Amino acid sequence: MAGSTPVSLSADAPASPQLAVQPRKARSISPALETWRRFRRHTLAVTGAIVLLILVSGVLLGPYVWPVAINDIDFAAKLQGPSLAHPLGTDDLGQDLLARMMYGGRISLAVGFAAMLVALTVGVLVGSVAGMASGWLDAALMWLTDLFLALPTLPLLLLVMYLFRDSMKKVLGVEGGAFVLIVVVIGGLRWMPVARLVRAQFLSLREKEFVEAARALGASKVRQVVQHILPNALGPVIVVGTIDVAAAIIFESTLSFLGLGFPSDVPTWGSMLRDAKDYLDIAAHWALFPGGAIFLTVLAINFIGDGLRDAFDPRRVL
Amino acid sequence: MNAPLAPAEDLLKVRDLRKRFAVRGGIFSRTVDQVHAVDGVSFEIGKGETLGLVGESGCGKSTTGRCILRLIEPSSGEVWFQGNNVTRMGGDELQKLRRDMQIIFQDPYASLNPRLKVGAIIGEALTIHKLAPTQKAMEDRVVQLLETVGLQPDHMHRFPHEFSGGQRQRIGIARALAVEPKLIVCDEPVSALDVSIQAQVINLLEDLQEEFGLTYLFIAHDLSVVEHISTRVAVMYLGRVVEIAPSRELYDNPLHPYTEALLSAVPIPDPTVKRKRIMLQGDVPNPIRPPSGCHFHTRCPIARPDCAQRVPELRESKPGHWVSCHYSG
Amino acid sequence: MADTLLDIRGLKTWFKVEDGMVRAVDGVDLHIDRGETVGVVGESGCGKTVTARSVLKLIDMPPGRFEAGQILWQGRDLIPLDQGEMNKIRAREIAIIFQEPMTSLNPVYTVGDQIAEVIALHQKLSPKQAMAGAAEMLRLVNIPNPQKRVHDYPHQFSGGMRQRVMIAMALSCQPKLLIADEPTTALDVTIQAQILELMHEMKDKFGMAIMLITHAMGVVAETCQRVTVMYAGKVVEEAPVEALFADPRHPYTQGLIRSIPRIDRAVSRQARLESIQGTVPSLLNPPAGCRFAARCKYAMDICTQGIPPLKEVAPGHRVACVL
Repeated sequence: MAGSTPVSLSADAPASPQLAVQPRKARSISPALETWRRFRRHTLAVTGAIVLLILVSGVLLGPYVWPVAINDIDFAAKLQGPSLAHPLGTDDLGQDLLARMMYGGRISLAVGFAAMLVALTVGVLVGSVAGMASGWLDAALMWLTDLFLALPTLPLLLLVMYLFRDSMKKVLGVEGGAFVLIVVVIGGLRWMPVARLVRAQFLSLREKEFVEAARALGASKVRQVVQHILPNALGPVIVVGTIDVAAAIIFESTLSFLGLGFPSDVPTWGSMLRDAKDYLDIAAHWALFPGGAIFLTVLAINFIGDGLRDAFDPRRVL
Repeated sequence: MNAPLAPAEDLLKVRDLRKRFAVRGGIFSRTVDQVHAVDGVSFEIGKGETLGLVGESGCGKSTTGRCILRLIEPSSGEVWFQGNNVTRMGGDELQKLRRDMQIIFQDPYASLNPRLKVGAIIGEALTIHKLAPTQKAMEDRVVQLLETVGLQPDHMHRFPHEFSGGQRQRIGIARALAVEPKLIVCDEPVSALDVSIQAQVINLLEDLQEEFGLTYLFIAHDLSVVEHISTRVAVMYLGRVVEIAPSRELYDNPLHPYTEALLSAVPIPDPTVKRKRIMLQGDVPNPIRPPSGCHFHTRCPIARPDCAQRVPELRESKPGHWVSCHYSG
Repeated sequence: MADTLLDIRGLKTWFKVEDGMVRAVDGVDLHIDRGETVGVVGESGCGKTVTARSVLKLIDMPPGRFEAGQILWQGRDLIPLDQGEMNKIRAREIAIIFQEPMTSLNPVYTVGDQIAEVIALHQKLSPKQAMAGAAEMLRLVNIPNPQKRVHDYPHQFSGGMRQRVMIAMALSCQPKLLIADEPTTALDVTIQAQILELMHEMKDKFGMAIMLITHAMGVVAETCQRVTVMYAGKVVEEAPVEALFADPRHPYTQGLIRSIPRIDRAVSRQARLESIQGTVPSLLNPPAGCRFAARCKYAMDICTQGIPPLKEVAPGHRVACVL
C-alpha cells in the first residue's frame, strides 16, 4: 500500500478546509490553551494567581530590595509596631519582621511546593500501577493506600520528627535536614488521595476507545500510559496538587508552631506565629503578619485550584 | 461443529469462540455469576470479502470483534488468521499480527486521544512498528494517509476537537490504515454519524476496500447499512450466530424466525410500501441466565416445546446459507 | 386548514454564546392539525429539538431567547405566557417524550408514583385514585402485570419498557398534542417497531396529534402524514409524506432520501450511495443566502445572495429553493 496513489474521493471530500473545520478560530487551539482560556474567565482564580505571584516574587526578590539581616538583634527597638525603619515592626529581640517574613516565606512556600511534588509523584506512581495492574497487585496497593489513610497524621508526624530529626541533621545539616524530613513526611502522608484519584481515572480511561485503538496498534503498556492515559488523567491531579500545596504550608506551620519543625532560630511563618503568641496583647502585629501571609497564600492557592477544576471540566460552560 | 463454507480462500476462521465475563460481588470479589457474552461462535471470512455481523445491543457482536483482535481474551475457542492460531500467539507474534488486523470504532469522539494532534494520532502506528525511518518519512506518510481518507494535509497540525464527527471517523480510518492491515474490524463505524455523513463514510470504506484489497468484519445494528456493504451477513442473538448467508439471499429468504422479525422491523423509507410486520414480544433475555435450548425460544413465533431442551446446530440449509433452527429452513 | 392545533409562525430561538449568537431556530413555520402526525426531520444541529422545546418553553433563558415569531396554540400565542400559565398547558394539552428513556425517569421514585404525580397535578384525585389511574395507564401501554409493576422502580424496566412508561406518563392527562423527540433512537430495531406500533395505537385511542422528531427517514415514512424537513435552523421543505418521498424537491431532501441504503430494493452492493458532501454549517454566523448552498450540487450564484422563501409547488407541498 505504501507509495500508492490516494483514492480519488473528490465527491466525498469536504469542499474546502474552511468549510470542513468550524470557522471559529483560524489557528489550531490545543487543549492546554483551551484550559488556559477557560481559567482566565474565573475571576477569583485569576485574583488568586496574582496574589500568589506577588507573594512568591516578594519572598524571592524582596531580600534584595530590603537587605536587612534576619538576626540583627536590637533590644532598643524591641516589639515595635510598623514604622519607616521597620515596615512590619520588630519582635521581642528587636529583629526586623519584614526581613524575617521574607525569609520565612521562602521556607514555607518551598516546603509547600516540594511536599506537593512528593505527594503527586508517589500518588501518581501508586495510582498508575494499581490502575493498570488489575488483580492482586491492585488490591495490595489499594490496601496500602487505605492503611495510610487510616493513620492518625499528627501523632505520626510528631513521632517521625522526634525519631529522625537528629540523624537527618548529621547528614544534611540543620536546615537541610529539617527541610527534607518535613517535606518527605508531609508528602508521604498526603499521597493517598492522589493515588485513589489516579487509579479511578486510569480505570475509566483504559477502557476508552482511543486507548483500545493504541492497544490494537500494538502499543506497549508504558506507551499506553505515557502517551494516552496519563495526559488525560492529569487535570484533576493538578487540582488536587494545588490544594496539597496549601495543606503542606499549614502542616509546616503546625509543626513549627509546636516547635518540631525547623530549629527555633530559623524563621518560618509558622514558627513566627509560635513566638508571637505570648505577646498577642502588646504586639499583635507580630502574629498578624505571618498569620495573614499563611491565610492569604492558602486562600489564593485554593482559589487557583477551584479555577483549574472548572477549567479542566469540559461539561462546564465558561 | 461444522464450518460454513466460505468463498475463495479464508483469511480468518473463528471456531467455537466463547467469552464469559465474571460478575463479581460479595466480599473478596467472588465470582457470583457469569455473562455469556459470546457463546460458541464460528464463521470465516474470505479474502477481500465483507462479513456483516448484525444483532441487537448485548448480543455479543462487539465482544466477538474484540476477541478476534485479542483486545479481549477469549475464554475458549480458536481464531485462525492466515493459518496461524491467533488465540495462542504471544509477544512478538501478536505484535506482528497488529499490523495485519486493525479496528475502527463507533464513537468518533471517544476514539481519538483529545490531547494529541491528528498527525501524532495517525503516526503512532508508524512509531510503534518503526515504519518511518525519519521524521520526514513519517510526515509524508501521514499526509498520504490523510489524503487517502479525504482530508487535507494541514489537518495533521490540528486537534481532534476541531473536527466534525464524520471527519473524526476519517481520522480513525487513517490510523487503522497506517499499518497496511489486511483485515479491519469495523465496530459500528457509522451508527454515531448523521445520515448524510454515513453515506460518505460507507462510500469511503468501499473505495478503500477496492483500492487496498481489504477484508472487513462489519459489525452493526443497522440492517440496511449492513446489507449494503456486506457480501455475507451473520446474524447474532444472545451470543450465538443464528444465521449466515450471502447478503442478498439473507434479506430475500431469511430462514431463522429471528432474522425474519429483525428484517421486518426495519422501517422502509417509502410510504407506499406496506408490509406485514412480525412483532416480537418482550425484550432480549438477560445474558446472565439465557434461556435453555434455543436462546430465542422465549420470543419465537414458531417455537415448539422441545426448543427449550435442544440447542440447535448451525446447519447448511441451502448452499452457503446456514441456519440454526430446528424447524425453519 | 380545517382545525389547526399548533401554528408556529416565523419562530426564531437564538442562544447567546461567548462568540455571538447561535441561530438554532431561525424563522421556522410549522403547523399541526388536530389528530395529525407530523414528522420533523433533519440532522443533528438542524434545530428540530430546539423547535420542539420552544413549543413547551423548555428552553433555558438565558442563554436562549425568542428573537421573533409566534407559537399559536389553538389561536393563543404561548410566547408571552408566564410559567404558571404554561404549566396549565404542559402535560394537560401538550406532552413531550424524550430520546433517553434511561434519564427521563427519576430513579428514586417508583414509576407509579411518577405517573400518579402527573395525574394528580392536573386532576383533583385522591392518592389512591391517582395510583389506580397510573396502573390503568401502564395497562394501556401494554406493560404486563400493571397492578404489580406500578410499584417497581425505573431500573427494573428495560429500555423499551421505560419508553412505554414515558408514553404512559405523557398520555395520562390525555393531551391534544404529543411531542415525541427521537423516541426510538436509543432503542433496538425490534423494540423500535414495538414503540412505533404503540404510538400508533395510542393515537387511534386518544385522537391526539403527534409531532415526531427524528433523523430516520424510514420512521417518518411509516408513521407520518406530513413531513417538515429542517436544515441549519430553517424549514427547507414541507409536504405530505407520499409527495415528499415520491417527488422530493429540495436538493437536501433528495440527498437525505438517496443517501440511505434500502433493504427493500434489489440494487444492493453494486450501487454507490449518493452522499451529500461536506458538513452542516455552523449556526454561529451562518452563511448568507441559502444555508445549503455550500453543499448543494446545483448551487448557483443567486443561492448565496438571498435566503429563498418557502413557496408552494403543489397543494400542501412547499419548498425553499430557487429551483
